[in-house]
Amino acid sequence: MKTWNLELETVFMSDIAIKVEGLGKRYRIGANQQAYKTLKEKLNETAATPFRALRSLGGRNGHSSVGHANGHSANGHSNGRASKAPTIWAVKDVSFEINRGEVVGIIGRNGAGKSTLLKILSRITDPTEGYADIHGRIASLLEVGTGFQPELSGRENIYLNGSILGMKHAEIRRKFDEIVAFAEVEKFIDTPVKHYSSGMYVRLAFAVAAHLEPEILLVDEVLAVGDVDFQKKCLGSMQSVADSGRTVLLVSHNMALIESLCKRAILLDQGRVSSSGPTTEVIADYLSKAKLCESEELTNHPRKQARSTAWFSSIQILNRAGESSRDFRAGDELTVKLGIEAGQPILQPWIGIRLRTPTDQLICHIANREAGYQLPALSGSSEIQCQLSGLNLLPGRYIVDLVLADMLNREYDNVSGAAYFDVRESDVFQSGMPMGQGYGLVFFPSEWKLVR
Amino acid sequence: MSVVISNPALVSSELPVVRIQPAKGWVPLKLRDLWEYRELLYFLVWRDIKVRYKQTALGMSWAVIQPFFTMVVFSVFFGYLAKVPSDHIPYPLFSFAALVPWTFFASGLNQSSNSLVGSGTLISKVYFPRLIIPLASVFSGIVDFLVAFVVLLLMMFYYGFAPTINVLWLPLFLLLALVSSLGVGLWFSALNVNYRDVRYIVPFITQFWLLATPIAYSTSLLHEPWRTIYGLNPMVGVVEGFRWALLGTNTAPGPIVAVSAAAAVVILVSGAFYFRRMEKTFADVV
Repeated sequence: MKTWNLELETVFMSDIAIKVEGLGKRYRIGANQQAYKTLKEKLNETAATPFRALRSLGGRNGHSSVGHANGHSANGHSNGRASKAPTIWAVKDVSFEINRGEVVGIIGRNGAGKSTLLKILSRITDPTEGYADIHGRIASLLEVGTGFQPELSGRENIYLNGSILGMKHAEIRRKFDEIVAFAEVEKFIDTPVKHYSSGMYVRLAFAVAAHLEPEILLVDEVLAVGDVDFQKKCLGSMQSVADSGRTVLLVSHNMALIESLCKRAILLDQGRVSSSGPTTEVIADYLSKAKLCESEELTNHPRKQARSTAWFSSIQILNRAGESSRDFRAGDELTVKLGIEAGQPILQPWIGIRLRTPTDQLICHIANREAGYQLPALSGSSEIQCQLSGLNLLPGRYIVDLVLADMLNREYDNVSGAAYFDVRESDVFQSGMPMGQGYGLVFFPSEWKLVR
Repeated sequence: MSVVISNPALVSSELPVVRIQPAKGWVPLKLRDLWEYRELLYFLVWRDIKVRYKQTALGMSWAVIQPFFTMVVFSVFFGYLAKVPSDHIPYPLFSFAALVPWTFFASGLNQSSNSLVGSGTLISKVYFPRLIIPLASVFSGIVDFLVAFVVLLLMMFYYGFAPTINVLWLPLFLLLALVSSLGVGLWFSALNVNYRDVRYIVPFITQFWLLATPIAYSTSLLHEPWRTIYGLNPMVGVVEGFRWALLGTNTAPGPIVAVSAAAAVVILVSGAFYFRRMEKTFADVV
């Protein structure tokens, strides 16, 4: 009888938990800056095209731009912002199936559509086309501590946050002691959480989330919280979720985490499924695609946001001799030369060069203002050079991301993967013992002596 | 075979399937979904009540101060100076009996109109029926109402008024106030996500509405059929109902209340459908 049950269970456990078919989500570009309108704009639109605008007041403004994906409205007289705005597909033609009990990782560059996909599957935002079938109770964890109320005590927040995440009152009461113990906040459970340290706050928030018991769990990049010990604990709890036969969909930049938890992974690239299969293969695919930035021209480089009035037009990585190069040795001099096009002047520009590994591990931000260099207002075409004397990087591949902002922190451009370079093994300290793989990412000059 | 049927694995394979797809046009209200999430509603109401007067020096007394001082001002200007007729009820009591439900209505309307915009992080991170948010804002005003209501009872005692048997109808009039407040709140909260003008319109409308409701005066100033038509403002039915049930004014509210109730239901139902229709854009816009 026991074996019977087991057999049946495996039969039924293997059916589908999530089926996604042709899913797509379109956003209007600039939706972040001009998300909501004022009635005045609406009235202007109404004055221009009364019928159309009236209809959109009734709720079609999300869809009215649909037919005019590439800019100009079919109605030449239309004055409407909504109908003129170009649109962007955050997710497009995504189809996959996930079986019950599978733990699947979703990877991809920033802006590849991972978070949008999770938001659609968690029913936070509607898809524009396609559909997804969810079999069973679903819970999503897109942020830890959603709905935490600083004025309320830890105890009260456990109940509040638990119910927001979809737990029943009785369930929270049953697990209450466990949650408190997991978060290690027993002493402060009746203190308002605004008096908590940030570590305690995050621990409590994660502890509630870790005790969710849905059939399907969607997790977005929430494990990178707390101190190292707590992270290990979270990983342990994620592992036990994975082992308990629940279906988990996990978005993360942490390839090691994805590799250890997921047997299968899906790689998204510009909103589309670019590959899917065993985790190791998909990660290898991702890493090989991460080096695609061969061109020095950036104007047409894919971006998450549409170009605004100013943008990076080119990038060159130069060696000591001033030649364009991708090969460097530890300790070399490296110069980044950037072309910037500004349609309107940018006051007090802030240029950020972000160095990272192909697996999205940030090494450092190099920025002009922090380095004590104030740029004058930029307009038209300009060229800017940033020289790094002594590249403190150990062998490996490094990716350069670029950010352009102004004095008010208004972001003009953000290019992920604008360029890459490789650092080769070299004997930096002339010791006869070069430092190669396995020494980490950076090196420091060090002085040694025998004290006693 | 019986083993198979009683097998829990089989039962769990009969899981509810949710289909996620683009919603077009008008969508059903899904009240069952709302019922599923009643515990969340309870917790949000409870949170609002707990947090509302935190870090205020006067705390809960704000629930009384607002209607009470309005009553004082009204009594001085309308009752004492302008000598507005008050259906033979002492003017302070006459206006306070109206101000208590009015304050409940107005603060519910105000809170719910701004509720969605104020819950942006919640909306963009977790799924639940969005109707819960304005609903919770209106419900959480009930505690304030009860506190002010106790003061109203004390005033009645002071003026020597004993409630009649009609007081049993009172919960229905409170429900009518709640339905009106929620109905208008649903319209405004959904509009507020797309048009932030609402934030400025609401205080203006509440002020206007206060004067358009027989709080400082009585509907007995009007003749039929205008009196009944006046009931199209649902708060007319509420205010007259409160006075009738508590103070025994002879303005028995029959037709007025019927008109008011019908108007309130129309506002609520249309508001709920409009809200549901706009709901799909909330997470992207808020």
